[in-house]
Amino acid sequence: MKGPGQDPAAPGPDSALSGSDAPPETGAPQESVPSPGSGSPAETGSAPGSAEARPPGGSRATGPKTRLRGTTKPPTVASRLLQNRWAGLAGLLVAILAPFVNATPYALSVMTSAAIFVMLAAGLNIVVGYCGLLDLGYAAFFAVGAYTSGVLATRFDLPLLATVPAVLVATVIAGIVIGAPTLRLRSDYLAVVTLGFGEIIRITANNLEVTGGPSGVYGIPHLVDGPVAFYYLTVAVVAVAVAGAARLGRSRLGRAWRFVREDEDAAEAMGVHTYRVKLAAYIAGAIWGGLAGVLFGAHLSAISPASFTFLQSALVLMAVVLGGMGSMPGVVIGAIVISILPEILRDLADHRFFLFGVLLIVVMLLRPQGLWPARSKEALK
Amino acid sequence: MTLLDVADLRLSFGGLLAIDGLSFSVGEGEIVSVIGPNGAGKTSAFNCVTGFYRPSSGRIALRGKDLRGLRPSAVAGLGVARTFQNLRLFGELSVLDNVRAGTHLWLRQSVFDALLHTPRYRRSERECTEQAHHWLDFVGLRGDRYGPARALSYGEQRRTEIARALARHPSLLLLDEPAAGLNHGEKAELLSLIRRIQNLGVAIVLIEHDMGLVMEVSERVVVLNFGREIADGRPEDVRRDPAVIEAYLGGEPHA
Repeated sequence: MKGPGQDPAAPGPDSALSGSDAPPETGAPQESVPSPGSGSPAETGSAPGSAEARPPGGSRATGPKTRLRGTTKPPTVASRLLQNRWAGLAGLLVAILAPFVNATPYALSVMTSAAIFVMLAAGLNIVVGYCGLLDLGYAAFFAVGAYTSGVLATRFDLPLLATVPAVLVATVIAGIVIGAPTLRLRSDYLAVVTLGFGEIIRITANNLEVTGGPSGVYGIPHLVDGPVAFYYLTVAVVAVAVAGAARLGRSRLGRAWRFVREDEDAAEAMGVHTYRVKLAAYIAGAIWGGLAGVLFGAHLSAISPASFTFLQSALVLMAVVLGGMGSMPGVVIGAIVISILPEILRDLADHRFFLFGVLLIVVMLLRPQGLWPARSKEALK
Repeated sequence: MTLLDVADLRLSFGGLLAIDGLSFSVGEGEIVSVIGPNGAGKTSAFNCVTGFYRPSSGRIALRGKDLRGLRPSAVAGLGVARTFQNLRLFGELSVLDNVRAGTHLWLRQSVFDALLHTPRYRRSERECTEQAHHWLDFVGLRGDRYGPARALSYGEQRRTEIARALARHPSLLLLDEPAAGLNHGEKAELLSLIRRIQNLGVAIVLIEHDMGLVMEVSERVVVLNFGREIADGRPEDVRRDPAVIEAYLGGEPHA
């Protein structure tokens, strides 16, 4: 993939630096031996979904001099199969085929709930995993989405789909209202304040008349007819949401999130407006959570404050930590484990949450970095 | 032409006066060193210029534009890049990603480009990666650039930090003790790197304790002691200045 004819000078937007390709002086040692990474088959198949896409025709501006590739090893077949795109497609295939294995109403309901939970975890992964902001009140956004669509649909007899624009507006506003004051805080303080906001939203819903008080909103219309159709719709929406969150994570904004997570001061020194970037993460998380709330209302057709407790926030956070913070495939797996495991353990009756807790502790002892952690090592293209 | 102009800068932490009336200027493409004993206020002055500290009084201007009261990211947007005295790399991220941080300010890419993977997204990501490779080549990084930055040796991490700052395309680069902890060979390489950076037309302000390096590369040297400027001039003059010798070797304070 070396293209000496194409674009020999590295693109330099700043004209002051256009002479920067000057030959290095003797101080910079050059390795003239081609390293194993360069020109390997790994460079040819550039997948659009891989860590960062490079169209096949694109060549790095190699020019006449040899790149100092260092000690990079070509990726193995297994590691390429584990790349996000293939893992994502495999996961989608499993979700599509699952009803063919077991399509009882109970199983479908559990699977639909699991898919909605995956979407919640994907949204929280943006906030906690990518941006490193510990949010203990994430259920607040879930509640804002569910209540906005539920109340509008039942009061004004609207189809649920028509409430989605209002849900988007409401969640963005909620993200700004909760985020703007709290994001000036760091680490533990942020966690405590988000915990408080989570409770404020729940208690507000519990006491307002428009939200139906403790009994909540019921009679929420379905999005589509039949549990099978709704399951597939949910899977489609969640798949788009997960892919979208992963794509955001690989963009300029996603990198800025990680810079903030790693070192806020250094990120600021590199020109990242850390406050704005954190608010963007918060708003993105709010939108994901709110849309999951719409699906939740449509799935159960009734919502009440009891669905949006601190336990719900903690479970979503647990899914993110269990799967691997900042790793989208890991977070999806974590969410499925957290939502399905209590159902599998249902035969144990009263002991099931005890065993659930023990299993989680065992997993975190054996794999503290998560089931499928984000890799520091960048995949070669 | 004056690039950076610092006039009568004062900074106090409570009752402690960390900087007491510092004035110096840096011309376009010039290399100015700031030296002085530990605690003299060198890094504090850097932090004032880059917006991390709010000075109590004084003037800081870049090409005539006042920098006081701006966020560090806004100062960075005006063309000031810095390195940190204690390395501040993003340790868990790949070396390439660290340098990509430098492209953040000029990379044109919207959220929708990223969600839809538009041609503009692909182009900007490719350009960003090319730039990262380019600047890592420029600083002569030999380590694994796909691996996490924390896996690099100390000297290589120092280079990566400079590459990250250069990817910002700054007009002024503040280097805070870049030679600290480097061995003899690495210092020689740093010297040549600083000269190559100057050839790009980038002005450099250097905080450094290594006098060999300072005397070799600087066009001007500013000497601080106890937050006060005690000398400002060409390296060979500063070296003979009695106040400087006294600050470094000790002696009876003048009244």
